[in-house]
Amino acid sequence: MPNNGTAHILTLLEADFAGIVDEWVGAQIEEGVKRSDLFSDAESRAQSTELLKALAKGMRANDNTVEFDFSADAWDDLRAVLADITRERVNRGVTPTEMATFMLALKGPLFDRLRSSLGKDAEALVEQIMLVSRLVDSFAIHTNEVFIAEREQIIDRQREEMMELSTPVVELWDRVLTLPLIGTLDSARAQEVMENLLETILQRQAEVVIVDITGVGTVDTQVAQHLLRAAAAVRLMGAECIISGISPMIAQTMVQLGIDVGSVSTRQNIRAALADALPKVGYNIHRVKDS
Amino acid sequence: MSGVAAINLVENALLVSIQDDVTDTDIIELQDTLSQRIALEENIRGVVLDISALEIVDTFVGRVIAQLAGIARLLDAQTFVVGMRPAVAVTLVELGMYLPESRTALSLTHALAQLKRG
Amino acid sequence: MRLHSSSVAERGRDLLRLPLKTNRDVVAARQAVARELKARGARPIRVTRFATAVSEIARNTVLHGGGGSFAVFLDPASGYLMVECRDAGEGIADLDRAMTDGYSTGGSMGRGLGGAKRLADRFEIETGPGKGTRVILGARL
Repeated sequence: MPNNGTAHILTLLEADFAGIVDEWVGAQIEEGVKRSDLFSDAESRAQSTELLKALAKGMRANDNTVEFDFSADAWDDLRAVLADITRERVNRGVTPTEMATFMLALKGPLFDRLRSSLGKDAEALVEQIMLVSRLVDSFAIHTNEVFIAEREQIIDRQREEMMELSTPVVELWDRVLTLPLIGTLDSARAQEVMENLLETILQRQAEVVIVDITGVGTVDTQVAQHLLRAAAAVRLMGAECIISGISPMIAQTMVQLGIDVGSVSTRQNIRAALADALPKVGYNIHRVKDS
Repeated sequence: MSGVAAINLVENALLVSIQDDVTDTDIIELQDTLSQRIALEENIRGVVLDISALEIVDTFVGRVIAQLAGIARLLDAQTFVVGMRPAVAVTLVELGMYLPESRTALSLTHALAQLKRG
Repeated sequence: MRLHSSSVAERGRDLLRLPLKTNRDVVAARQAVARELKARGARPIRVTRFATAVSEIARNTVLHGGGGSFAVFLDPASGYLMVECRDAGEGIADLDRAMTDGYSTGGSMGRGLGGAKRLADRFEIETGPGKGTRVILGARL
């Protein structure tokens, strides 16, 4: 048996396509990764069939004279089908391990057929088994990559949504802005928040900005640095920054950490900050008589 | 001198707009000219640097502005930096240049009002 | 330190090349970079950050390197907009110290190198006593 790359496997696959699909689906059940709870029998079978068809197509187009390379053009369709199926399965709640096991279950039916066809030619058998292993392993790795990329996209989207949700700059009064910070303040978010704030100062010609940290869980050295840098940038633009919502707990932590707020004004709550801000822009609050 | 528009005297303040093509030489000359005028002219209370045209303020320009503010203070005048763009403010903070020696204002009008208030 | 993009052949054709001899060349260099970034849709904050970094490095080339040249090119691998400032001056003997904020030999505040490194998305420097200095800065697009 000469080394003819994927040609032999292709012959086996074409000889008994339906049988291999059956055994693969069977192996999926055995491994417990068929997930009948998420996919109907018809769907599982359709996905497995589609994958095998793409595999056959890839093997037909594959250049057998060079070393197997899953990123070669011949495998474009198979990679696309794998990506689609992975996304579909991930969206329905399949884990990456299950997805990999699902792919690896294809080895059994292929190995069985290699053994019956090459049984006596040990050298060819080992070679073909190694090739099938490499093929199927690369499918499994590819599904994993798709899985991770998909997850990252979801995380990025959520992070963006959260960023927009949680950093509104509100015009509290004529030329007075407030930025109610909620949650945690990492470097990326701090940068985003600061840019957004400075743009709004320019647009509204705001003279006083109240950064309220009542909703910020913990203030460590890094968070304090971000706040002080934002305050410094606000001042450079020509507006004044007041940090409000400093609880006794946060005040204690800041002193223990040795954080020096320098010339930045701080207030216990947004009410005190507003009372401070209004006179700066030429307003006074008066109580209306008899109310 | 290019890179810097003419120096105007408004009320008790010297006003200068710095242009985006300002060179290191221009800015040093400006520091020199302004220092002289604060000293020579009667009753100059403030110097207002309008940097709204500047797309960048690097450490050199930042340092000259800081020095000018120091010189003006010794001559009993205050220095205002006005019209800094958000991107410039973010970058200066990143460079650790907070310009504590100079006062800041949103615009020329704001600076003159603050100067009047003292 | 070794540079990735060591030759013009490897990195493709320069978008532009300017001399760096005078103060005015420094202005031309940073304005050219700002133009190139804007033409590629960069946000104002990124334009300012990167042009500031370029200004710091280009000034060093003129002031400490005795003048040199400036080139803008695209890195084919990363797609970054890259800037190269090089001179045949005396070079930097103690690079680690030169990169530290607050250290300077030239009478400036010494925030140039460290600051430029923070402001650019990529920063590479090749220097040594008598070997001149070559700095490559990159901006993500």
